[in-house]
Amino acid sequence: MKLAFTLAWRNLIGAGLRTWLNVIVLSFTFVIIIWLKGILSGWDQQAKNDMKDWEIAGGQWWHDAYDPFDPLSLESSHAVVPLDSIFTHQSNAVVPALMVQASIFPNGRMQQAILKGIPPHQTLLNLPSALLDTTVNGIPVVIGQTMAKNMGLSVGDLFTLRWRDRFGSFDAAEAEVVGVFYTNVPAVDQGLVYLDLAQLQRMTMFHNEATILSFHEGFFPENQAVGWKSKTVKELTKQVDEMIKTKSAGQSVMYLVLLFLAMLAIFDTQVLSIFRRQREIGTYIALGYTRPQVVGLFTLEGSMHAVLAAIAGAFYGIPFLWWQARVGWTLPMDSSEFGMAMAPTLYPVYSIGLIASTVLLVLLTTTVVSYFPSRKIAKMNPTEALRGKLQ
Amino acid sequence: MFFFSAELSAQNASEILLKVDRNLSSDNRVFESSMTISGKRNSRTISSKTYAVGNNKSFTEYLSPASEKGTKMLKLEKQLWLYSPGSDRTIQLSGHMLRQSVMGSDLSYEDMMDDRKLSEIYDAQVVGEEMIGDRKTILLELTARLADVAYHSQRIWVDAERFVPLKQELFAKGGKLLKRIEMADVVKVQNRWFPLTMTYKDMLKQGDGTVFKLSNIEFDQAIPEYIFTKAALKK
Repeated sequence: MKLAFTLAWRNLIGAGLRTWLNVIVLSFTFVIIIWLKGILSGWDQQAKNDMKDWEIAGGQWWHDAYDPFDPLSLESSHAVVPLDSIFTHQSNAVVPALMVQASIFPNGRMQQAILKGIPPHQTLLNLPSALLDTTVNGIPVVIGQTMAKNMGLSVGDLFTLRWRDRFGSFDAAEAEVVGVFYTNVPAVDQGLVYLDLAQLQRMTMFHNEATILSFHEGFFPENQAVGWKSKTVKELTKQVDEMIKTKSAGQSVMYLVLLFLAMLAIFDTQVLSIFRRQREIGTYIALGYTRPQVVGLFTLEGSMHAVLAAIAGAFYGIPFLWWQARVGWTLPMDSSEFGMAMAPTLYPVYSIGLIASTVLLVLLTTTVVSYFPSRKIAKMNPTEALRGKLQ
Repeated sequence: MFFFSAELSAQNASEILLKVDRNLSSDNRVFESSMTISGKRNSRTISSKTYAVGNNKSFTEYLSPASEKGTKMLKLEKQLWLYSPGSDRTIQLSGHMLRQSVMGSDLSYEDMMDDRKLSEIYDAQVVGEEMIGDRKTILLELTARLADVAYHSQRIWVDAERFVPLKQELFAKGGKLLKRIEMADVVKVQNRWFPLTMTYKDMLKQGDGTVFKLSNIEFDQAIPEYIFTKAALKK
């Protein structure tokens, strides 16, 4: 075995530039696959963290009738908060939110929006709710940057809000934008107008009622109350997992193209080696090597390209991947309207599993590709091979 | 003296409101209408024929323009079905959709179909007299006595002779003016005075409002019951 490694190593080095060209191409494949997978893994982690920070905290309870994909369900999705009052007054334990459909009239244009009432003093979510604790010319409201852009609103602007109370009676009042926030999570921005929960409860006569309860990780109740659906972080971030899975499948096509190009070079090299080194093959057999041993030697030689590529890739790949993990990759387009939690700069995350699986994948593929041309050796006539006759 | 005049005013106001109801409300009605929606850049007219019974049953078939022709709308209680001839499908809209604007106009489905008598839901008070054009009107202030009323209060200018509203202002609970309706072309139909033209203006929105014109209206007709069935939508 040791002899096989020594021979393979010598042959590879002896092939000179041909070997190094193959190794460089293969090392690019290594680094690019690890980088792309790292980007996806980083996106997955960032999206889930941002969702937890801005929207879902450590899990939620939804009112039974609440369906985030059906705004019409809001009409009936609210009930009295089913928690002990001491529990609800621990500002970071649970944040109730009441959601109500409304019309807003920025600059005389009627737009549909959802009024979301949150306690101003909550700190569980990153929303700048403290800004709501103020007195201005209208109802103080906070909106996201995308909403502000779509509605043509900025801080200090007044617009009319029109809503219905619990009996269906219209009410309307002026609202003033007291804050515009930026978030990576579109679900907390688009179509939402934030105001003080107590004020919204008064406006709609839904006293002490809420649509969603967001819990701190340590306070997520194990048992759910009647009329409420319990949603764990895993369930709430399922869409991120599904999206990453879809993206990952799409990226696999790119890996395949890269691998195919690299494997084409390896295959070509192997075919050429076997064609040009027939006397050498004949000599091995004459010296007592069995045919499978010679096939093994050539396969090992081919697969050692992957080992060398991993080492070469490490030389420039480690600094590159480390630098990327530090500065991130800024998307060349605006990601705010993608509909998914996505930061403008993605920071790749590389796990041991990710690197090991990539190395294993390339090594296995290289070995298989090296083996196929080598099978021809098994059919060779050793005397003819020694004479260097073409077979 | 003050209490006496206030009581008298309330009594008169209630009587006026009853007279208004007698003119505007009916067991059922069949009418053809055109609705002109004026937007920022252009305006469009939609014509339709409607059969309505009280506040709960209504069937409308759109007659023009070509893009809307054949579209039918059936309202039963708090449910609404829309039939689109293009897709040959009927879709059901929830109660909340009744509050949405009808084809981008200043009217909601509720505005169009709410035929509850004013005297049943509002307390009225006479607050003055005004001239609208050459007609003398009595100005009433209405305040809802029920909770489930879309507009908490109204100001209504009632023709002092014919007892038909010539102008109506609808207010939110907080007192903000939401809608203004101006009535014109008052004619006598089957022993009652009725305005054939109504201009709705959503006061929170830009635009010139929506003009709703009745070209033909008949009250208390014998409407076949099958009209108010889902099967009638596809006919």
